Amino acid sequence: MSKKNSYLSNYFHRNGRALGSIGYFVLLMVIFLIGAPEAWIRPNLHQSVFVMMPTLIFLTIPLVFLVASGEIDLSFASTYAVAAYVFALLVKNGVDPAICLVLGIFTGAAIGALVGTLIVVFRLSSLVASLGVLFLLRGVILLLSNSRSITIMEVENHWIYPLLVGNFYGFPMQIFWAAIFVIFCYYFFNKHVFGIHIQHVGDNSVSAEQMGINVNAVKIKAFMFVGVGAAIGGIFTTMITYTFFPTQGFGYLLLALAAVFVGGTPYWGGLGTIIGAVFGVGIIAYMEIGIIAIGWSGEWRQFFNGLIILLALLGHRLHGERVR
Amino acid sequence: MENIIELNNVTKRFGGITALNKASLKVTKGEVVGLIGDNGAGKSTLIKTLVGVYSPDEGDILIRGKKINAWNALKARESGIETVFQDRALTPQQSIVKNIFMGKELRYPFGFIKEKEQIFEANRLIREIGFTSKLINAESPVGNLSGGERQGVAIARAIYNKAELIVLDEPTNNLSLNETQKVFDFVLNVKKSNRSVLFIGHNIYHVYDISDRFVILDRGEVVHQINKNDISTPEELMKLMRETIKEH
Repeated sequence: MSKKNSYLSNYFHRNGRALGSIGYFVLLMVIFLIGAPEAWIRPNLHQSVFVMMPTLIFLTIPLVFLVASGEIDLSFASTYAVAAYVFALLVKNGVDPAICLVLGIFTGAAIGALVGTLIVVFRLSSLVASLGVLFLLRGVILLLSNSRSITIMEVENHWIYPLLVGNFYGFPMQIFWAAIFVIFCYYFFNKHVFGIHIQHVGDNSVSAEQMGINVNAVKIKAFMFVGVGAAIGGIFTTMITYTFFPTQGFGYLLLALAAVFVGGTPYWGGLGTIIGAVFGVGIIAYMEIGIIAIGWSGEWRQFFNGLIILLALLGHRLHGERVR
Repeated sequence: MENIIELNNVTKRFGGITALNKASLKVTKGEVVGLIGDNGAGKSTLIKTLVGVYSPDEGDILIRGKKINAWNALKARESGIETVFQDRALTPQQSIVKNIFMGKELRYPFGFIKEKEQIFEANRLIREIGFTSKLINAESPVGNLSGGERQGVAIARAIYNKAELIVLDEPTNNLSLNETQKVFDFVLNVKKSNRSVLFIGHNIYHVYDISDRFVILDRGEVVHQINKNDISTPEELMKLMRETIKEH
């Protein structure tokens, strides 16, 4: 075999999973295009996908970091609502929305730090512990808000509104912020000490510890990042709809997780792909909206979501099992 | 001679078990120390305490004569101690280059990684170590490598960091004769450059061949220390080891 061959195989080792989810995305587009060409060329379909995608991206991309570190978090779907609640409540009480935004994001980071510390220090299963936190926080919000929503029309008059979620020549501004977030995360994951340490920790935490990496600190930071992403997603959505509602975010729980795995990040830790996750989000968002757009009934949506998760898993299986 | 590291009366307990009992050990500049003892003698615990993976319950750790508090793996590496662990401490899904620089990445400001420089250095190192297969380069995942090649990566890491003291924990386990010879060559090179090696092994012939001084460990205690000049054959060392352990 030639030397060229090894570069090719290294390239696939690094990028195969991302390429896989890009392939799935293209395939899905083609199927939709053949199945319902007239619905597909209408721009409003893609516009509604573009409205949904940024929120899912803010939730999904940080989850790639966490899953790559060998942990999982379900509580983000409630953190999403807690941060939005803090934001809306403060805005309603006359605090400058820019400050509310910062405090909301801090809330997300703080919840992430608490969940992470709980899991890491007491060596709890992150799946079960974060499931507990998911319900606990949702209960706290329902109690605090008395199950009532908060409307904040006043946010529209503040300068952060057009900057964050306004309209730029027909494109929602959050698309640009999501794109910046993706680019930042790509470098953060692949070219920054934080991302590299996450991959080492998720791959073999004993080795990472022996090489002087503070495994617990790395994991807690990953949980914090998930909290920050959830907070941004929650606050953006609240601004777009001018409303905090106490059940918000729950619908994104399974969609964001599905996007991580459909995107090609394996569940076992050590590996992850940001680009793959973006296309994972694309697949999930188009499934959610596309099925309706092409005139099928909503009942099909869950069926196809399930199908695509299974097919994606089988496809990513081609990249092999975990090497040890 | 300057002491690179000194352990004074170090005790380490796990639950009710005392794995190390007032063990003292020092390594001076430019010497190769062979640590020997039976299975369960506490070799691994002593090593892991020495390199900061475990923190001692009692006793002091001195680096170049200075007492260090809150000893950990990062401090050990920053003090110039590199370890080739028995399990090699690799992350198999990651590339060779990432493994070589694990925990000590070459960084730009704000923590971004000098990727090109790392790849260049890693390719140089794996040639220096003597990877035979052309299919292997710095970006190949460690999981595709054989046992000996993985040991090579672990050693490359220690070489790159130009450690003052290199700790080799059972480095010749599961290696072919050829690969074992490479490890020996490596130890001799380190010694030649006036740096130190702590060599742990249960193959007494391997330890005898390359060490200047022997430390015998039994049931968590350092029971005997002897210079190579004071004995003449590995058999004599073996006999000495049996006797001291029996007396103990």
